[in-house]
Amino acid sequence: MRITCPYCGARNLEEFTYRGDATVKRPDSLDESATEAWVDYVYLRKNPAGLHKEFWQHTGGCHAWLEVTRDTTTHEIVAVELASKGAEHKER
Amino acid sequence: MSQINRLTGKGLVDHSKTVSFQFDGQHLEGHPGDTLASALLANGIRLVGRSFKYHRPRGILTAGSEEPNALVELRTGARREPNTRATTIELYDGLDAASQNRWPSLRYDLLSINQLASPVLSAGFYYKTFMWPASFWEKLYEPMIRRAAGLGYPSKQTDPDRYEKANAFCDVLVVGGGAAGLSAALAAARTGACVILCDEDFVLGGRLLSERGEIDGQSTQDWAKSAVAELESLPRCRIMRRTTVFGVYDGGTYAAVERVSDHLPEPPAHAPRQRLWRIVAKQSVICAGGFERPIVFGDNDRPGVMLASAVRTYVNRFGVTPGRNAVIFADNHEALRTASDLADAGVTVRAIVDPQPQPSATAEQVATETGALYINGIIDAVSGAYGIKSVRIKDAQGASKTIDCDVLAVSGGWNPALNLTTHLGGKPKWDNALSCLVPGDLPPGMRVAGAAAGQFSLQACLASGEAAGADSARDCGFSPSAPSRPAPTEDGSPVAPVWYVPSSRGKAFVDFQNDVAVSDIKLAAREGFRVPDHVKRYTTLGMATDQGKTSNLNGAALLAEATGRHLGAVGSTTFRPPYTPVAIGALAGHHRGKDFRPTRLAPSHAWAVEQGAVFVEAGAWLRALMFPKPGETAQETVDREVANTRTNVGVCDVSTLGKIDVQGSDAGTFLDRVYINGFSKLAVGKTRYGLMLREDGFAMDDGTTARLAENHFFMTTTTANAVKVSQHLEFCQQVLWPELDVQTVSQTEQWAQFAVAGPKSRKIIEALLDSGQDISNEAFPYMACGSFTACGGAPARIFRLSFSGELAYEIGVPARFGDGLIRTIMRAGAEFGIGPYGTEALGVMRIEKGHAAGPELNGQTTAHDLGLGRMMSKKKDFIGRFMGQREALNEAARAAIVGLKPLDPKMRINAGAHLVKRDAVANAENDQGYVTSQAYSPELKSFIGLAMLSDGPARYGEVVKVCDPLRDYETLAEVCSPHFIDPEGERLRV
Amino acid sequence: MRYSLASLLTNALTGNRNWKPVWREPEPKPSYDVVIVGGGGHGLATAHYLAKEHGITNVAVIEKSYLGSGNVGRNTTIVRSNYLLPGNEPFYEWSMKLWEGLEQDLNYNAMVSQRGVLNVFHSDAQRDAFVRRGNAMRFNGADAELLDQEQVRALVPFVDFENARFPVRGGLYQARGGTVRHDAVVWGYARSADMRGVDIIQNCAATGFRIENGRITGVETERGFIGAKKVALSVAGSSSRVGEMAGLRLPIESHVLQAFVTEGIKPLLDTVITFGAGHFYCSQSDKGGLVFGGDIDGYNTYAQRGNLPVVEDVAEGGMALIPAIGRLRILRSWGGLLDMSMDGSPIIDQTHVEGLYFNGGWCYGGFKATPASGWCFAHLIATGQSHPFAAAYRFDRFASGRVIDEKGMGAQPNLH
Repeated sequence: MRITCPYCGARNLEEFTYRGDATVKRPDSLDESATEAWVDYVYLRKNPAGLHKEFWQHTGGCHAWLEVTRDTTTHEIVAVELASKGAEHKER
Repeated sequence: MSQINRLTGKGLVDHSKTVSFQFDGQHLEGHPGDTLASALLANGIRLVGRSFKYHRPRGILTAGSEEPNALVELRTGARREPNTRATTIELYDGLDAASQNRWPSLRYDLLSINQLASPVLSAGFYYKTFMWPASFWEKLYEPMIRRAAGLGYPSKQTDPDRYEKANAFCDVLVVGGGAAGLSAALAAARTGACVILCDEDFVLGGRLLSERGEIDGQSTQDWAKSAVAELESLPRCRIMRRTTVFGVYDGGTYAAVERVSDHLPEPPAHAPRQRLWRIVAKQSVICAGGFERPIVFGDNDRPGVMLASAVRTYVNRFGVTPGRNAVIFADNHEALRTASDLADAGVTVRAIVDPQPQPSATAEQVATETGALYINGIIDAVSGAYGIKSVRIKDAQGASKTIDCDVLAVSGGWNPALNLTTHLGGKPKWDNALSCLVPGDLPPGMRVAGAAAGQFSLQACLASGEAAGADSARDCGFSPSAPSRPAPTEDGSPVAPVWYVPSSRGKAFVDFQNDVAVSDIKLAAREGFRVPDHVKRYTTLGMATDQGKTSNLNGAALLAEATGRHLGAVGSTTFRPPYTPVAIGALAGHHRGKDFRPTRLAPSHAWAVEQGAVFVEAGAWLRALMFPKPGETAQETVDREVANTRTNVGVCDVSTLGKIDVQGSDAGTFLDRVYINGFSKLAVGKTRYGLMLREDGFAMDDGTTARLAENHFFMTTTTANAVKVSQHLEFCQQVLWPELDVQTVSQTEQWAQFAVAGPKSRKIIEALLDSGQDISNEAFPYMACGSFTACGGAPARIFRLSFSGELAYEIGVPARFGDGLIRTIMRAGAEFGIGPYGTEALGVMRIEKGHAAGPELNGQTTAHDLGLGRMMSKKKDFIGRFMGQREALNEAARAAIVGLKPLDPKMRINAGAHLVKRDAVANAENDQGYVTSQAYSPELKSFIGLAMLSDGPARYGEVVKVCDPLRDYETLAEVCSPHFIDPEGERLRV
Repeated sequence: MRYSLASLLTNALTGNRNWKPVWREPEPKPSYDVVIVGGGGHGLATAHYLAKEHGITNVAVIEKSYLGSGNVGRNTTIVRSNYLLPGNEPFYEWSMKLWEGLEQDLNYNAMVSQRGVLNVFHSDAQRDAFVRRGNAMRFNGADAELLDQEQVRALVPFVDFENARFPVRGGLYQARGGTVRHDAVVWGYARSADMRGVDIIQNCAATGFRIENGRITGVETERGFIGAKKVALSVAGSSSRVGEMAGLRLPIESHVLQAFVTEGIKPLLDTVITFGAGHFYCSQSDKGGLVFGGDIDGYNTYAQRGNLPVVEDVAEGGMALIPAIGRLRILRSWGGLLDMSMDGSPIIDQTHVEGLYFNGGWCYGGFKATPASGWCFAHLIATGQSHPFAAAYRFDRFASGRVIDEKGMGAQPNLH
């Protein structure tokens, strides 16, 4: 497998480290009532057969965390984006 | 005996030179350009090996890498390679090969009695027996089966040769250098595209070398030569001979193995035996050719029965005839060329046997031209166990005729070598017209041409190769010229293949090597094994070293018949990598022995070697374990190092700890979120211990973080978790909180850091620092940190930290000064009795102090378990906070850290032992915890231990039983605080 | 037909013409008491124990492909019960005991070969962790031995002791561990279940579940609707994609584990051996091939194949441990899809749908667990109660935090 890092270009699989599902979102709430959201975030996964948005880090290169969209049945990669995209739009 | 079957003046071998070799101790000669198989045939040797199950005598069936029968042990001693195909071994001077799977000799093999028992040894017989009595399996049946099974003997010695790995990148990868492959490579390379052409053979040309045809007015052999010459003249084309592309992986990655030195007695100096290539190609053209199919009939495995195409290869390429009296048995016209080629070479062709339902005028014509008898019929029986002597032929009318012969050339048609098209999940399609499987859906960027695509004729190979090469180049952005070769019109109407001869006598083999016969496939079908995968698993069809290249389709045809289905509906098993077997050594490359993984050396390593240190692997690091003096036991060394540190001063290289620089205006906020405790309010010039959790609430790592400036922190991690923590911080920073103004970078390699510990440590640090800098207790108290200069201007960071529990400092300098600094420290400390200490003494002192380390931070413990539950801030969010609050992670019954003191100080508290109540039986029900770490404390003159004990902190004073049944050991110990020495920390603050 | 030496000889004398199919090929009935989805080792074992231990025989096993086409036919055939944690060790030890009696139970030779499983260690810290595990095994009545370097050398003299980057210092050895002929497990359980009346239906993929008022009523399949009082999922590797049809969101990712076999050679390796400083484990099959594997590829996948970096990593581990295997050749590689759960341990539990039961999350441990998994799953389906040996294998452990994390890697499946 080859992943095209937005900074470094297309590189072999062994340069990257996998983390998993990039669609889960860390809950903001620390309320007791947020238990379900936290269990979902930490433990539950859709694990689709098909397109999967997932985190990879270019550990053998620039150390950027990436959001890669990949088909889990063919390993075809359809999109690679920086995971930190949009940081400038977030509130400080 | 000297090359009695060599055809003078024929073939591509160099007749002017001879090469000596041995087979089963017999001295023989061949020519450069021979394979072992061609040289054996030249010498009239037909019996080469024994089969797997019945130990049937076997000869040479093919002339290529699909060979199932002619497997030998090549070379001797540590270089012995079992199961090597004689058909692919390039002959070299001094080659030594031996037949295998026979005892005492190839001709007289005791286990050939298995043939007599073949009705009992039917497919899957072992599932139905060997069950009584149960205990006999390991003692009797299995050892017997294992000894009989296998084929060749492994060397059992370390492989003496070297292997390499390399990467290559190209626009177009062409796999196979036959007619299609050369055409494809020419078409692509002429456009200026970067082309790699790989071929497993040592001469390019594929079947062009084996046939007597013409291309553009040249013989096929000459055409191949000129095509190769042109490719070699093109600067962006690279030809890789002796290189098998064996696997297709995702993203246009192809794995290939280059046999760099296998054609030599041993690798030349500085050359590897083999090289693994990872080839990344934008486009690929698979031109792997085809495999001829045998016809299945009784005793079709006798030495001398050979594929018709292989016979032509031996005659035309190697100048060898496999025999002097030949019979041809083929269901197709292409195989008739074998008769012509043999006749032209002066070999008697006795008969052409054509099993098709109708007689063929073409075949009859060839028979007339070659002086052979034409019989529209079948081979009914074969005689000659060690080499075919005659065949009995039965014609369509049922009349039999026995004809003497010493070679039987067989052809049942061809299958595409489509193996590489299925590695990424492509399913072959059944082609009704061709009566074979052809490539189905292809992976992105792959094309198939020539026989591999079912384009079997020479013209079709050339045209499809050219088209595929040109299209591939075009897809890479190059402009190929118009095709020069028109696609051929269909040459003759295809005929239905004859898969097997039901009426013939004797065992009829489908898979030669594994001795899978027609009767086995029928039995499997009868027992309900009706899909190809079940038949394969039940009968072992296609599981031998050739992976069914010559047997799978014949097996499927028999299965189709046995189950009353059309062959096209039966399906197939899956080809998986590798295409041909690949040496484990090649896949490992240089990663073996000391070079298995890189070795990271601490900055003081060279100095420590000079001191005679004993080293220990700590992850990728090599660290000094201890610094023994002559005559000391290991325990004495450690005791001395500990005692000296606690009474005078010691020094230890702690550079291996992970070091991460954290900078930015939000650095404090960031640290608040990754540690359970707060850091944003830490004063500049101070250091604090912190614990990190994983998001699931369990402890991940601990360490100290220093605030060097308002926006600048310097974090340390444990040695083991340095990389993991660094990645975690980068995730937090880039993914979770990209809005924070903070950057992190690993500085583990950039700083050499030494712990100088002991009551006299301040004096040494003072001596190192350039004048005018104050580290008195008042100016620089416990947990202070700061930037200084030392040794005449070198930047130095000092941290007043202590893992040992003594007054201590860590001093960090840029890594390049590390070696100089340790020597300077030792000089400065000489008058104070300084001694280096290794990780063993470090471990003793941290256990005496009750500091958690790897054994306690084992990924299963929580802040509560480590006695740090109260450190968890309630005021802020941090990684792991929510899940870390769950009851199950905090309840008293959890095993939490305690100290253990043996009632008898001489008794060990074995790490890994489990704990039960004093009078309880050692079993799972009573299990209350386990010992994580143990040490001998010279100060307490007792063994001590750290343990995780259920409700431990509430049980100080209780006596528990330390149980280590694995080492047959038990002792009683008192539960105590883990802080064995100086629990108030007074020594730290002086 | 009972298998015996006599039946083998009698059939040999009659040209092996009288052997009967090992299982029937029935048409599915309109409904069953229990429909088991998944004709792999676990599903078939469940059917066998449902019939034999609980007398429930109105059962169908439906399989989307051929029997044993999933992980039970794609593993490295190792069986062992060398687990650490209280939730796991009693279960795997029970599995070991069932393996020991399997052939007599099934009248089928699955070649249970108790040739020993050796895990070598390379450091004091690793030794201590192994000691903790070995003692946990002993506490649970399993066998375990701690071997020093010389004892390891006696077992596997060709291991690299002299020139290793990570020298072997000793090993944890379980003599009762070993290997089992994986396909025979499938066929043996299938034959036994079939003889007891269970319908085994191949080429019958589940396409949906019929759920009425929170209760399962049957399975939609490629061959029509099959009614069922209870439905049991046993489709590890595909749990998420099958479970999704019933609205399950699982603590599971699908990953691929590659395995390899060399050409057959005469006996070299008499035990199962596991490298402690890299990813490599290996045994030698009775046919002579070295069967080995290593780490998972590490990314979510449903493609039954892996990639080159792990192939190389496994070969490197092999050469580091046994440098004599350099000239032996890999014949075939393949991939199996694993349910990698969030704590590395399995799940055998009821679901939120009444009458729908779940068995999955086996990670690397699936093959060795086959008998106990079938035993405990059958118990759960028959009684509605978790079997004591599988009491910890429940969904709610993730929410509560009572996870069974042998490796201490946390909620990241590819690290287990």
